[in-house]
Amino acid sequence: MAKGKRTPLYEEHLRLGAKMVEFAGWEMPIQYSSIIKEHKQVRESAGLFDVSHMGEIEIVGPDAIDFADYLVTNNVNKLKNGQICYTPMCNKKGGIIDDFLVYRLANNKVLFVVNASNTDKDFKWINNQKDNFDVEIFNKSDKVAQLALQGPKAEKLLRAISQIELETIEFYHFTQGRVSGIETILSRTGYTGEDGFELYIDSEAAVPLWRKILEIGNNKDILPAGLGARDTLRFEACYMLYGNDLNETITPFEAPLKWTVKFEKDFIGKKALMEQKEKGITRKLRGLEIKGKAIPRHEHKVYLNDKEIGWISSGMFAPTLKKSLALAYIDKGIAKTGSIVEVEIRKKKVEAEIVKLPFYRGSVKK
Amino acid sequence: MIKYSKSHEWVKKEGEIGIIGITDYAQNQLGDIVYVELPENGNEINKGEILCTVESVKAASDIYSPVTGEIAEINEELEESPEIINEDAEGKGWICKIKFSDETELDKLMSKEEYDEFCEKEG
Repeated sequence: MAKGKRTPLYEEHLRLGAKMVEFAGWEMPIQYSSIIKEHKQVRESAGLFDVSHMGEIEIVGPDAIDFADYLVTNNVNKLKNGQICYTPMCNKKGGIIDDFLVYRLANNKVLFVVNASNTDKDFKWINNQKDNFDVEIFNKSDKVAQLALQGPKAEKLLRAISQIELETIEFYHFTQGRVSGIETILSRTGYTGEDGFELYIDSEAAVPLWRKILEIGNNKDILPAGLGARDTLRFEACYMLYGNDLNETITPFEAPLKWTVKFEKDFIGKKALMEQKEKGITRKLRGLEIKGKAIPRHEHKVYLNDKEIGWISSGMFAPTLKKSLALAYIDKGIAKTGSIVEVEIRKKKVEAEIVKLPFYRGSVKK
Repeated sequence: MIKYSKSHEWVKKEGEIGIIGITDYAQNQLGDIVYVELPENGNEINKGEILCTVESVKAASDIYSPVTGEIAEINEELEESPEIINEDAEGKGWICKIKFSDETELDKLMSKEEYDEFCEKEG
């Protein structure tokens, strides 16, 4: 394996017997035991993920909120301090540059938690849009480690070492406080469809906090989970994966992200998106359930009566639902929910039914 | 006698029949196996041709026949429980039985010691 960047927990992963893979320039654990076992662990109890590869970009200054609002499609303006929103950040054509969480830290400070693969691109783009906005932009990715504790039992278990009253943290809210004595930003957010928390800590505190959380998990209630399970979990919950389901040629209206676009404010890409709303979209992300014993994968093609009508953005065997499922961009207006199409999987056409999204709803709070 | 191929299949000779599967090393590399597209009984297959396809959570992988012959039996249990390969790749997780056309092909495959060394180098 080519040597990539390493998180502060690299040695911990090796010690736990993780299988390491290259992901977005990082050496990350894909699994410790088995993807399916780790997936099940998160759905039924709790799993601990090292997601320190994620990027953290902080915007500070008198115009921080206005600038953030101009960069992204969702309303940063309407957030209270301590609140979070999920949002795409678009280019002038309305194509998605990245999708991420915005933390409103203070009236003059916001934090973007961005995809590892896009951190450098985003940082450059954000700097290029700065113009007359009175802000400073910091890439804090190397100084910040991130852990995600996910699962229906996450709150109950974490209570044992938390100096924060976890039950007071609502979904998509955060607070700053201590867990096991370690200073952290703790939010009730995640990428699994289950309830749980994401914790941002100083890189140097990553090892002690990681060990402490696994210790309270007692080798049973909390187990480490890798990027493999992170992908299968997010897929069942139909959370978008940048690079698969989203890219710079796809707009929020084509993806199921219409709810994140707020036309009452100004932002980059607004004009293009208003035009698209006017004219209507030509394709849309749909769910597919494969009828045969085959698994659709990214970029496999979708057909109806031998005519190509779309492509798979993500496809896999869903461990909780025990079905072969896919997300696919499909031409608008030709295939209703319940209708049968075909997916070409390794030179064979396999029947698939168009199904509703999301595939799965877990313990995640609303 | 069990012999091993460079593409990580094993074949166990029982008279004129070879029992075929993938190695424990291979199942470990693939991760959780969720479907096995089994070969068809009675089909003729050449050494090195695609015998079947195994789908793991992460990817589809072709399995190559380590010998030439006729498919004499398939492990139908894998239809319902493909995870048997993860649990016991070189035992209960066998894929099919092939009636040898040319038993001397086995001589060109690796012994257990040679295969272990081969995997070590690959890993």
